[in-house]
This record gives sequence, structure tokens and C-alpha cells, in this order.
Amino acid sequence: MKTSAAPRLPERHESLWRLIVSPTVWAVHFMLSYITAAVWCAKYVPRSGTLEPVRWLIAGYTLVALGAIAWNGWDGYRRHRHGASELPHDADTPGDRHRFLGFATFLLALLSAVAVAFAALAVLYFHDCR
Amino acid sequence: MVHFLSATSARSRPHRAGAASAVAVLLAGCSGPQSSLDPAGAGAREIADLFWWMAGGTVVVWVAVAWLTYSAVRGRVAEQTARQARYYIIGGGALFPTVVLTALLLHGFRILPPLLAPAPPGSLRIAVSGEQWWWRVQYQPDGEEPVELANEIRLPVGEPVEFILDAPDVIHSFWIPSLGGKMDMIPGRTTRLTLQATRTGTFRGVCAEYCGESHALMAFPVVVMAKAEFSAWLAAQRAPAQAPADPLAERGRAAFLQNGCAACHAVRGTEARGRIGPDLTHVGGRMTLGAGVLTNNRAALVRWLAHTDRVKPGVLMPHFGMLPAAELDAVAAYLESLR
Ligand code: HEC
Ligand SMILES: [Cu+2]
Repeated sequence: MKTSAAPRLPERHESLWRLIVSPTVWAVHFMLSYITAAVWCAKYVPRSGTLEPVRWLIAGYTLVALGAIAWNGWDGYRRHRHGASELPHDADTPGDRHRFLGFATFLLALLSAVAVAFAALAVLYFHDCR
Repeated sequence: MVHFLSATSARSRPHRAGAASAVAVLLAGCSGPQSSLDPAGAGAREIADLFWWMAGGTVVVWVAVAWLTYSAVRGRVAEQTARQARYYIIGGGALFPTVVLTALLLHGFRILPPLLAPAPPGSLRIAVSGEQWWWRVQYQPDGEEPVELANEIRLPVGEPVEFILDAPDVIHSFWIPSLGGKMDMIPGRTTRLTLQATRTGTFRGVCAEYCGESHALMAFPVVVMAKAEFSAWLAAQRAPAQAPADPLAERGRAAFLQNGCAACHAVRGTEARGRIGPDLTHVGGRMTLGAGVLTNNRAALVRWLAHTDRVKPGVLMPHFGMLPAAELDAVAAYLESLR
């Protein structure tokens, strides 16, 4: 599909929802990791107790989160490459809106992936509840 | 105020005019009894190193950005292709900050667990309770009876010491910048902090969490001593109070008991067993009075007793300014004799 005629776009009304998927995944990953560790340390082990199960759980959350972000980022990237147009996609046309939102989604996905990785890195260093 | 408490101890620095003295003033903040940048403890060393690395890195980044800004506005940079410009944006705007932040994050993670690790079993423990606006201090040497004191902390050099921290009233924070990081003291919870002093000396600790009217007047001297000296000191502190040696101090002791001081203060070895205020068994041997507020001497003791609320606004000890001067002097003589 090489032309960017409006009717052929995959959706009729460009939606903003897909833009915030990655940042939302980041927020949820952060909250879940934090809450899991807090509840574990408060309810299940003494103050110097092990964090081992939490580390594995957070590793799991991280894989799921990165997967979701990759999917959302790839989706954005595809929209960014839709048709033939150069950055910065700022023409007032449905095609450029589509590409612009795709590109923004892609960038947000990259940022969110880094943020999720930052949060997850903590489990490499902390082995107990202190 | 007490001289060792002043942060700008620029004594003994060569005095030159203009820029030199400005630099001296700035540098004075880097040393002294309460500076994280003049570490005397293992934790403070890590924190100071981190600070210098970050400060250095910040300068480099700042200069680079300033240079870029200048050359963008003023410079005769050769025309850039869109591709080159993109490298600048992606490299300088995204990759570089990510790499720098990752490095800082990993370094921070690396130094945290050792800073939070407990002292090895058998180490000296010191329970410190942050009270409005003073410090209750209980030494708990391994296998010995605890010793309760207040408003001053002494440590053996080179040994890890575990502080067990709490607070009965509001949140305080325990911080000896020269020795290490700070730790909150939270009502209903016990927090811990291990400090290991690396050289002897006198330092200053503070409350680092706003806790009410006299928060800024809630400090304490910290004395790091050789191990043997410390043991001798602690043994002396463990002993009950000395009986007054002269008639003035003797009258002071009677006045102390008559005026109700014992309702709030303990003097071990006498009938004074109050727990509301600081233990006074060896108050005469402390460097300061009122949690780091006055240099401890007879005149300061009188001042504290007569004008407690002026020395420390909001203080939870009533002033005794209504007592005759002779009686105040006698009480001060008694307290001074409690070494
Ligand atoms: C209502 C309780 C109360 C009474 C009564 C009281 N004090 Fe105090 N006193 C305190 C409290 C609380 C502090 C700590 C104040 C602060 O630093 O914020 C204190 C601090 C002190 C200090 C400073 C101790 C230190 O470690 O620096 C001295 C000395 C002292 N009191 C002596 C006396 C004498 C002498 C009397 C009787 C004439 C007396 N107090 C009566 C509560 C009391
Ligand atoms: Cu405070």
C-alpha cells in the first residue's frame, strides 16, 4: 500500500488511546512491583527477610510489561512508516495525523521500556527487605 | 553558640583579599564537624565520592550544553544535513542521558545495600530515641547491661556500630553527616543505621526532619574515640552519680530534689528517677547542654535553668527563673559536678 489516501487508513477516526498504552504499562509495572515488595516485606517475612520470590515476580512483571510495550511500540512504528512521508509528519492531513501519532507512540514506547528496565534493575541488587 | 558547632570554621586559613577569601568561604563549607564532604566514616566516604562524581559530571555536561547553545546561536557551524542533526538529537538528547542515568542508577544501587547492612553480631548497639527536642541515648554493648545517657554520642573508631532508632512523638531524622547517611526515626517503628567511623575527632549530628518549634535546636556532639578510651569512658558513664564533694553542690542536690527536677530527670544513684527528660547522671561531663545548644559550663547551666524557654522556644521543661540566684547557682554547681 504505497499511497496514503484517507479512506484506506486502518481506522476511520485516529484514536489517542494507543498513544498512552506504553506509559500506562510503565505505571502499572511500577505500582505492581512496589506493592508486591511492600506487601511481601510487611506481611510475610521479618524486616531482614528474603526478597527472593518478589524478585522472580518482578522479573515476570518486567517480561510481560516489556512484551506489551514492544507490541505497542511496533504498532506505532508501523503507523509511522505508513505510506510515503518524511518526518516530522506535520501536514494537516489524515495520513500525517496517522503517522504522527504512530511515531509519538513509538517514542513513548522507547521511553517506557527504559523506565521499566530502570525499575526492574533494582531487583538485581536488593536481596532482602532492608 | 558553641564554637565547634559553627559550620564555617575558617580559622587557620590564610587570609587574602577578594576572590581568595570568597573561595575560602565556599571551601569552609566543605570541611568542619558537620560536612558530608569531609568524611570520617565509611558511609560518608561513599556518599562524598558519589557527590564528587556527580558534581564533576554535571560540570562536564553543563559546559558541553553551554558550548552547544553558544555555537547554535553564534557559531559558524557548517550547514548540517538533516541526518547529522538527527544524530545530535538522538545521541545527545536520548542516548547520552540514558547511558549516564543508567550508570548513576547502577552505582547508586551498588552502594546502597552495604550502607543498609546490619553491623556484624556482637557489635556495639546504640538505641537512640528522637524526642522533642533532644536525644535519648542507650548504649547496649554486647552481653552487658545497657547504659542510658542523652544528647551526646561517643563511638569507638574503626568499629561498625548499629544504631536502633525510634521516636515517641513525631518523626525525627538521625544524621551525622561526617559519618554517613541519615535515617528517619518514626513513631511506632524501629529503623536501623550502621555507622563506622574511620578517624577520631569531634563531629556534629543533627535532626534532619522538621519536628516542631525547636527542630533547629536539636543537635548533638559526636565524639569518635580510640577503642580503649571509649571503653574507659563507657565504664565511667555506667557508674552512678558521684556524691557532691563541696557544700555548694550539696545544697544544689537538695534544691534539685526539692524543686521537682526528679519528676522528669534521672540521676542514677539518687532518688531522681524521672524519664520525661534527659538522664542527668553525668550531665556535667557533656560537651553541650540542651541538645547541642549551649557550651556546657556553670554559667550556661544557670542560663538554661533560668531561661529554658528562651534558650529553646517551646521546650518541654519549665523554666526555673523564679528561684533565687543563689539556689540556681547551687543547682548548677551540683549538675556541673555530675561528671
Ligand atoms: C516537666 C519535666 C521537667 C522538669 C520538671 C525539669 N526538666 Fe530539665 N529537661 C526536661 C526536658 C524535656 C529536657 C530536654 C529539653 C530539650 O533539650 O528539648 C530537659 C533538659 C534539661 C537539661 C539539659 C540536659 C542535657 O542533656 O543537655 C538540664 C541540665 C535540666 N533539664 C535540668 C533540670 C533541673 C535542674 C530541673 C529542676 C530545677 C529540671 N531540669 C526540671 C524536662 C524537665
Ligand atoms: Cu527535628
